[in-house]
Amino acid sequence: MTDFLGLYNYWIVIFLMMTGFYIVIARENLIKTIIGLNIFQTSVFLLYITMGKVTGGTAPILKGSHSGESHGAESHGAESHGAEHGQELHAAAEGHLDSGVEAVTEIYSNPIPSVLMLTAIVVGIATTALALALVVRIREEYGTIEEDEILEMDRNS
Amino acid sequence: MMDLIVIPILALLAATAVTVARIRNLWAAVMFTGIYSFLSASWMLILDAPDVAFTEAAVGAGITTILMLATLSLTPRRHRKSGRLSSEDFEERPSKSPLVPLLIVTITGCALVYGTFDMPHFGDPNAPIQVYPQPSFVEKSQPDMHGLPNVVTAVLASYRGYDTLGETAVIFTAGIAVLLILRKNTDDQGTSESQSVTGENA
Repeated sequence: MTDFLGLYNYWIVIFLMMTGFYIVIARENLIKTIIGLNIFQTSVFLLYITMGKVTGGTAPILKGSHSGESHGAESHGAESHGAEHGQELHAAAEGHLDSGVEAVTEIYSNPIPSVLMLTAIVVGIATTALALALVVRIREEYGTIEEDEILEMDRNS
Repeated sequence: MMDLIVIPILALLAATAVTVARIRNLWAAVMFTGIYSFLSASWMLILDAPDVAFTEAAVGAGITTILMLATLSLTPRRHRKSGRLSSEDFEERPSKSPLVPLLIVTITGCALVYGTFDMPHFGDPNAPIQVYPQPSFVEKSQPDMHGLPNVVTAVLASYRGYDTLGETAVIFTAGIAVLLILRKNTDDQGTSESQSVTGENA
């Protein structure tokens, strides 16, 4: 049962991934194939983002301030918000080691998957644009975007 | 509360993906892809990745949909001269027996699910991904970046700045490639439909 709850997100992602895969291999329309690739790609983003999540964590935007301007306000904020200021990616287990200095540590989810996926999204739109341009070109040349009709024409020529 | 909202979002994601796979009208499929992108952006927001969620909503749901619609408008089934376009022109033909692809997909999916049994559980703070690049860079990033609070931005633009530069190069290359592919051949009297997509990519 704990297995089910702990791995549930991965299974959803795999389901989405396989739906995209199915569209890619079962459909003969070129645009539909690209749509399938997009769905596959998005599911990979979701897989990475899911792995970066830490239970009880929050988005990796630091609350404590090291800049000069708000440094004065820090002690005041620490009093009123129950010393909610350190930066820790680790969860409680490792946070305890540092807790001699700071009473409560903030837990942040992992920023690295987010960074990687930001890059991947932008590269993904580049490949999609290229693929769609190829589809337009194929349509000009063959008059159809159905894969089997294109192959038929190639065989007959 | 967050846990509860995940359930309808995931159910809608799965339903949208299946609808995209089943629907034959390409316009509708493109629209459902946009919905799928928005839903996944919502899930990313819940998974503490607001930066990715913004980008996915803007790029995945916005630009991709526009590019796909532009392509669709250039690739109707009939030639444009034969009158007005109807939704019939954007339907794919019924596909052949889906049994073999379904079998392949099921087998692959089962193999992947088997693979997840060794994965660290969702949200596990001691998973290798959380422990391995020494997480102290999260603390250091703010003084390093002169007070920039967003760690994702710090990593993207500074620590991995060369990667982002390479990404820009990829976009540039793709833009040039699209321009070259869609360029009108002057010697060969092709159709005149090709030029409008290039503007969208710029």
